[in-house]
Amino acid sequence: MSLHDQDDPALRAAQEQRLREVWAPPKGLFLRWTDTNNNQVGNWYVLTAFAFMLFAGVLALIMRTQLAVPDNDLVGPGTFNQLFTLHGSVMMFLFAVPMFEAVSIILLPQLLGARDLPFPRLSAFGYWSFLIGGVFVSGSIFFDAAPDGGWFMYPPLTTRTDLSGLGADIWMLGLSFIEVSSVAAAVELIVGVLQCRPPGMRLNLMPLYAWYILVVAVMILFAFPPLIAGDVLFEMERLLDWPFFDASRGGDPLLWQHLFWIFGHPEVYIVFLPSIALFAMLVPTFARRHLLGYPWIVLAAVGTAFLSFGLWVHHMFATGLPKISLGFFSAASEAVAIPTAVQIFVFIVTLWAGRVVWSTPLLYATGSLAIFVIGGLTGVMVALAPFDWQAHDTYFVVAHLHYVLIGGTLMPLFAGLYYYWPLVTGKKLSDRLGRTAFWLIFVGANLCFFPMHLSGLEGMPRRVFTYPADLGLGGLNMASTIGSFVIAAGIAVIVLDLCRSPWRQMAPRNPWQAGTLEWLAHPQDENWGIRSIPLIESRYPIWDQEDFVRKVDEGRYFLPDAEEGRRETIITSVLDARPVSVIRLGAPSWKPMLTALALGGVFILTTYHLYWLALVSGVATLAMVLWWLWTGTAEIPEKPSKPIGHGMELPLYISGGASPGWWAMFITMMADATAFSGLLFGYFFFWTRHADFPPPDMAAAPGIFWPMIALMLALAGWVATVAAREIHARGGIGAGRLLLLFGLATSLAGVPAGLAGPWLSGMDPATHSYPAIVWTLAIWTCLHAAVAAIMQAYVLARSLAGRMTPHHDADIRNVTVYMHFFALTAACAYATIGLFPEVA
Amino acid sequence: MSEDPRGDRRKWHERLQVTLWTLIVPPTVWAAHFLFSYLWAAISCAKQGDFARFPTLFVAGTVLALAAIALSGWIAHRQVRMPGSPPPHQDGTDIDRLRFLAKATLLLAGLSFVGVLFTALPVVFIGDCR
Repeated sequence: MSLHDQDDPALRAAQEQRLREVWAPPKGLFLRWTDTNNNQVGNWYVLTAFAFMLFAGVLALIMRTQLAVPDNDLVGPGTFNQLFTLHGSVMMFLFAVPMFEAVSIILLPQLLGARDLPFPRLSAFGYWSFLIGGVFVSGSIFFDAAPDGGWFMYPPLTTRTDLSGLGADIWMLGLSFIEVSSVAAAVELIVGVLQCRPPGMRLNLMPLYAWYILVVAVMILFAFPPLIAGDVLFEMERLLDWPFFDASRGGDPLLWQHLFWIFGHPEVYIVFLPSIALFAMLVPTFARRHLLGYPWIVLAAVGTAFLSFGLWVHHMFATGLPKISLGFFSAASEAVAIPTAVQIFVFIVTLWAGRVVWSTPLLYATGSLAIFVIGGLTGVMVALAPFDWQAHDTYFVVAHLHYVLIGGTLMPLFAGLYYYWPLVTGKKLSDRLGRTAFWLIFVGANLCFFPMHLSGLEGMPRRVFTYPADLGLGGLNMASTIGSFVIAAGIAVIVLDLCRSPWRQMAPRNPWQAGTLEWLAHPQDENWGIRSIPLIESRYPIWDQEDFVRKVDEGRYFLPDAEEGRRETIITSVLDARPVSVIRLGAPSWKPMLTALALGGVFILTTYHLYWLALVSGVATLAMVLWWLWTGTAEIPEKPSKPIGHGMELPLYISGGASPGWWAMFITMMADATAFSGLLFGYFFFWTRHADFPPPDMAAAPGIFWPMIALMLALAGWVATVAAREIHARGGIGAGRLLLLFGLATSLAGVPAGLAGPWLSGMDPATHSYPAIVWTLAIWTCLHAAVAAIMQAYVLARSLAGRMTPHHDADIRNVTVYMHFFALTAACAYATIGLFPEVA
Repeated sequence: MSEDPRGDRRKWHERLQVTLWTLIVPPTVWAAHFLFSYLWAAISCAKQGDFARFPTLFVAGTVLALAAIALSGWIAHRQVRMPGSPPPHQDGTDIDRLRFLAKATLLLAGLSFVGVLFTALPVVFIGDCR
C-alpha cells in the first residue's frame, strides 16, 4: 500500500466499512453491556460517578439543613454521623477518583490518536467493580447501616465491634474493592500514555493532559496500596481480633492514621492534578496560542507528585508526635506550594500573552482558580503546626478542604464538562445556562464555605450534629446553609442543561477551533476512535500541520484498515514514539463483568461473615481470571507481521520489556510491593513504639530456621523461573518445562514452610501486636507463593498446549517479572520476621 | 565547553542517556532524604530519647543529598545548553526532546534542592525530641 492508494474513494469506503464492522458496538438489551470500547465504558463511568456526586450532594444538603439553626432535631446524631461519613467517602472514592479515571478513559485514546487503550477489557472490569462496590457502600444508608466513623475511620472506635456496627466493614471491604479498580485504571493509563502514543509524538510533544495522567496514575500506585495494607490490618482486627490498633495488647491506633494518610494526602493531589490538567488543554485553546512554559508544567506535575508523599503527617499534627517530625512535614507542606503556584502562574501568563476568548469553560476555569487559591492559602496556614493546633478539627479545616476541592476538582471538572461535551455528544451545552450555573456555584460556594472559616475560629468543632444557641454561631451557620442550597441550585441548572442536550442541534466539528488531537473527533462519531493514526510533528497538530485533518480522514497515515477483522492499535517506544508493533485489542466480552461480580462477591460476602460463600466466590474469581487470560492474552497471531502503510511492517507479537503486558505486570507488582511495604512499615512502627519488641516472652518466635527455609525455597523458585525463561528462549522447551515444574514444586513447598515458623512456635495472633504482624507478613508472603505456583502452572500449561513457544514467550516473561517481585517480598519478609528479632 | 570545535566528540555528560528515569532523579533524592530524615528522627527519638544538636549522620545525609541533586542539575544544565534549536523545544527532533527533558530535570533539581533545605531547617531550629 502506498500513499497514493488512498486517493481511491472506493478503497477508502471499503476500509471504512471494515473498520466500522470491526468496531461495531454489541447490540441488544443485554449484549450492549458487554462493550469494552473506551467511548462506551468511559461514558458509563462518567455518568455513574456523576450520579454518586449528586447523591453525596444530597447528603450534604441534609446535613446543612440540620445545622441551619441551633438545637435542630431534623436528624439524630447517629444519622448525622452516617451522613458526613458517607458524604466524604462517596465524594472522594466514588466521585473524585473514578471521575478522573472515567474522563481519562474517554479522552486519552483521542488525545493520543489511539484506537483504544491497550487493555479495554481491564477498563470494563474496573468500571463494573466500581459500580458494584459503589452501590454497595452508598446503599447501606437506606438500611441505617452506613459507616459512621468519619471518612478516615480512625480506630479504636471503628475497630471495636461493640462500638461500631456493620458500617465499618462495609466501608473497609466495599472501598477496598473500589481501590482494586483504581489500581486497574492506573495500569491502563500508564501503559496507555507510555506506549500507545502516535508515531512521532515524542515526550516533548505529548499533550500536557497525558503528562498529568501519567504522573497521577503513578501516584495511585504508591498511594492506594498503603490504604489497602491498612484495610487488611483493620479487617483482621475486626473479624479475627488481631490487635494491630488496640493499645492494651501492644497495638497502636496511630498506625492506622499513618497508613490512611500516606494514602490520604497524595489522594488530594490525585484528584486535583487531573482536573487542573483539563486547564492545560482548554487554556491554550481559548488563549489562541501555545501554552507557555511547557517544561514548567512538567516540573509542577512531577514535583507536586513527589512532595505530596511528604505531607501525610500534617493531618496528624495534634497526635503528640515529636516536634521534629512535625517540622519535617510542615516544611514539605510549605514546599508543595511552589510547584502548585508554578502551574497557576503558567496558566495566567498564557492567558495574558494570548487573545482570550471568554467562553463558558474558561469562565469556570478562572473562577475555580480564584476559589482554589483561597483554599491553597488557608492550606499554607494549617500546614504550620502551631496554627493547626488551634484550628484542628474545627470548621476552619472544613472550609479549607472544601475550597481546595471545589476550586481544584469540582469546578475544573465542570469546565471540562462544558469544554468536552461536544467531543462526546457532538453538541454544545447552553452558554446561558452554563454561565447562570457558574455564578450560582461560585457565589454559593463562597457563601457556604467562607463563613466556616469564622465559625471554625470561633470554636465550632467539625462533625457535631448540632450546637447550642449560646455559642452565637447561628448566623454564620445559616449563611453556610443558604450557600449550600445556592450551590445545589447551580448544579441543578447544569443537570437541566445536560437533560436538554439530546434536543439540541449538532455542533460543527472542532467547535472551539482547538489544536490538539482529540478534536479530530467527528460530531457523528464512528466507534473506531480515529480513521488513521497520524504522524505527529507538533504539540498542536491541527493548528500547525498542513492538511492534517484531511490526511487523517482520508486514511493517509498509519493503520487505515482492519484487513484481518481485528481491533488493533499501534504500540510505540516510550521516549520517541517510534512504532514498535501492532497489538490486537480485546473485543466485547462478558468476562470483565463476570469477573467483577465474582470478585465483588468475595468482598460483600466477607462483610456479612459468610466466609464459605466468600471462598467459593474467590475460587470463581480465580477461575474467571484464568479463563480470561487463557482465551484473551498472548495470542499467537496468524502471521508474524503486518503492513501499517508508508512501507512500514510491524510485528504482531512482542514479548518482554517492549510489550504492554510486561509493563502491566511490572506496574501491578509495583503496587503490590508498595502494599507489602505498608505491612512491613507496621512491623517496624511497632518496634519504635515499644521498648521491647519482640516482647521478651515471645523473643524466640518464630525462630530463624523456618523463615530461612521458606526464603531458600522462594529464591530457588525464582532462579528456576529465570533459568526456564532463558533456556526456553534458546529453544530448550523440555528443559524449560522441567525447570518450571521444579519452580512450581518449590513455590508450593514455600507455603507450609512460610507458615511453619509462627505456627510451630505457637504464636497466638490475638494476644499481642507482635505475633499478629508476624503472622500477617507470613500469610502475605505465602499467598504470594501460592500465586507464584498458579502462575508457573499456567505457563507450563500454555507451553504444553502449544500457546507458548520460544518465539512467542510473553507468558513466561511476564511471570518472571512477578517472580522478581516475589523474591524481593520473600527476602524482606523472612529476613524481618526471622532475623530482625536477633538484632532488635 | 559544550560547543566542542572538534565536532562529534561529546563530553561525558552529553553522552549520558536522558530518559524518564533520569528526569525523576532529583525528586527521588529529595524523597530518599525526606524518608531518611523522618526515620532518623523517629528512631533516635524512640530508641535513644534524644539526639545531639548537630548530629553527624543527619548533616552527612543532607550534604550528600544536596550534592547529588546539584550534580544532576549541573548535568541537566549542560544538556540544556547543547547546540540545537532554541526554546520552546517543540520540534519532533532528538535534540529538542533531549533539551526539553534536560530543562525539566533542571527545574526539578531546583525544586528538590529547595525541598531538601526546607527539610533540614527544622533540625537547625528544634534541637530535641519534645
